[in-house]
Amino acid sequence: MTLYIILTINSITMGGLLFLLSAGFSLIFGLMRIPNLTHGALFMLGAYFGVTFLRMGVNFWVAVIFAGIVLAIIGGAIERLLLRRLAGQELAQVLVTLGLAFIIADACLLIWTGDPIPLSAPESLRGVERFFGIVFPRYRLAVVVIALIVAVGLWFLLERTRLGAMIRAGVDDPEMARVTGIPVSRLFTIVFALGAALAGVGGVLSGPILSVYPGLDAEMLPLALIIVILGGAGSLPGALLGSFVIGFIYNFGQAFFPDLAYVVLFLPMLLMLVLRPQGLFGKHPS
Amino acid sequence: MRERFLMIVTLMAMASLPLWLGSDYYINIASQILIWAIFALALNVLVGWSGLVSLGHAGLFGMACYTGAWLLEAGWGHFTAVLGAFAMTILVSAIFGALSLRTRGIGFIMITLAISQILWGIAYRWIGLTNGDNGIIISARPTPFGIEMDTPGVFYIFTLMVFLLTMLIMAIFYQSPFGVSLRGTRDQSRRMSALGFNVWLIRFSAVLFSGFFSGVAGLLFLYYHQYVSPHVLSLLNSAEVLLMVISGGTGTLLGPVVGAGLVVVIKNVASAYIERWNMLLGVIFVAIVIFMPEGLVPGTQRLFRWVFARIKSIGAAIKSEAS
Repeated sequence: MTLYIILTINSITMGGLLFLLSAGFSLIFGLMRIPNLTHGALFMLGAYFGVTFLRMGVNFWVAVIFAGIVLAIIGGAIERLLLRRLAGQELAQVLVTLGLAFIIADACLLIWTGDPIPLSAPESLRGVERFFGIVFPRYRLAVVVIALIVAVGLWFLLERTRLGAMIRAGVDDPEMARVTGIPVSRLFTIVFALGAALAGVGGVLSGPILSVYPGLDAEMLPLALIIVILGGAGSLPGALLGSFVIGFIYNFGQAFFPDLAYVVLFLPMLLMLVLRPQGLFGKHPS
Repeated sequence: MRERFLMIVTLMAMASLPLWLGSDYYINIASQILIWAIFALALNVLVGWSGLVSLGHAGLFGMACYTGAWLLEAGWGHFTAVLGAFAMTILVSAIFGALSLRTRGIGFIMITLAISQILWGIAYRWIGLTNGDNGIIISARPTPFGIEMDTPGVFYIFTLMVFLLTMLIMAIFYQSPFGVSLRGTRDQSRRMSALGFNVWLIRFSAVLFSGFFSGVAGLLFLYYHQYVSPHVLSLLNSAEVLLMVISGGTGTLLGPVVGAGLVVVIKNVASAYIERWNMLLGVIFVAIVIFMPEGLVPGTQRLFRWVFARIKSIGAAIKSEAS
């Protein structure tokens, strides 16, 4: 019984982290029509920046925010300086994001070396809370709460603001959005920067749970891909649901079928592709 | 006539390479280039001729490596191991095709990437089956017709023969009605299905064809290194071979071969001086996509044409000034 409870708590935490990773991935995919293969690397880069900020003696939450800001700048720069030059050539854009992923991963190895670096959770969140006799690690609870706050914030941004309406229009029909005077190109930069920032924040928050190590990028990227195929490109509810589903499958799969953990992850994606290629909430087939 | 002469000279130079190249190190690099060239040619069937960009071909390549290694380790002979590896690679290619051909373009990239990551995950995690990160060592190379292939020179000649056969089959395939209809599905898939062609089946056959030659390259790779580890299934491996195809130029038969030579040489030269091959790979990737998207072979031609045109126009301008 305890095992199940622990696994459930871990799954929900993982779901929260995955949402931070995949929300931006999904929006970028929905709007720009490209799977951003740098996303895993941005997640890892965010975590490493978190390491550096913490070593400088900065407060944990400040480090999270700083990492988000730095990643937003990097993401915006990637979109403006590289992807913009290849506007309309989706294939070339994907290949550039792949090349960048290698560059970033290798730069991380160069700067932060190959040893795994564990991040320590902030002082106030160490220890556990007890509800109904069940033990909840405080930090994991906090991660879930942050993910849910981000989810609500993103929902508000997309559904209740002018910018969000423009992004939704761009996701639904970029050509028509352009014709009606929506600056779709500027939206690309904004969404890319936002996605990178969320990945960076997720990276730092994952530090105390997963620790930071080379290869983290390659581990996270397929998860983001699977989530977006499950949930549907450009859909926020899809990314949220997909993240928690994958969080559960990942943890329970690793506990019960450690050899086949990857195969178990793959199955729901396979089913979705066969039954509903556009994903649960998606509008276009991916 | 001149072309035929050139071809014969090139062939003779390649065949006699172990005699004049001297050092085993360079002969081994030549073997590596040929193995990767076969792999790149196989991927080019999809990327260049079908317009389907696969970022998961390491999965097919690696399946051949692993199946061959398992069978050899289990005590089967080389003949059975090779046959089994081909059967497995074709089977996995069929699954690969059936899943990925549900989509086109970007979706195809994502699904092929995901499939190869899953295969990588199995090789890495299912330690009982694959020995995990430590990989599998095979004891010996085969001895076809009693010929020992332990020296780099003999193995090179064997690889060269397989390579030439692959080139020949690719050239025939490209010209064949099937090759033409494949390119038809790339350029005008709707028109092709309106004409009564089964576009899905044509693409599916192309995936199997490509998978088979990826398997050929995989087996050569296995016998070359006599060792296989999860690295053969990694995204890095898929990306490297895709870089070979794109850097050389996808339109031509020679492009992938040139790309393979380029990448293998850069990798070997670079690793002698710097540790950071991945970063260099990334930089080359980004640079080629942005500055020479059509590949080195056509790209260089374009550059030369442009330079000549500029010189000519300047020359003409000077002339008209003078008169």
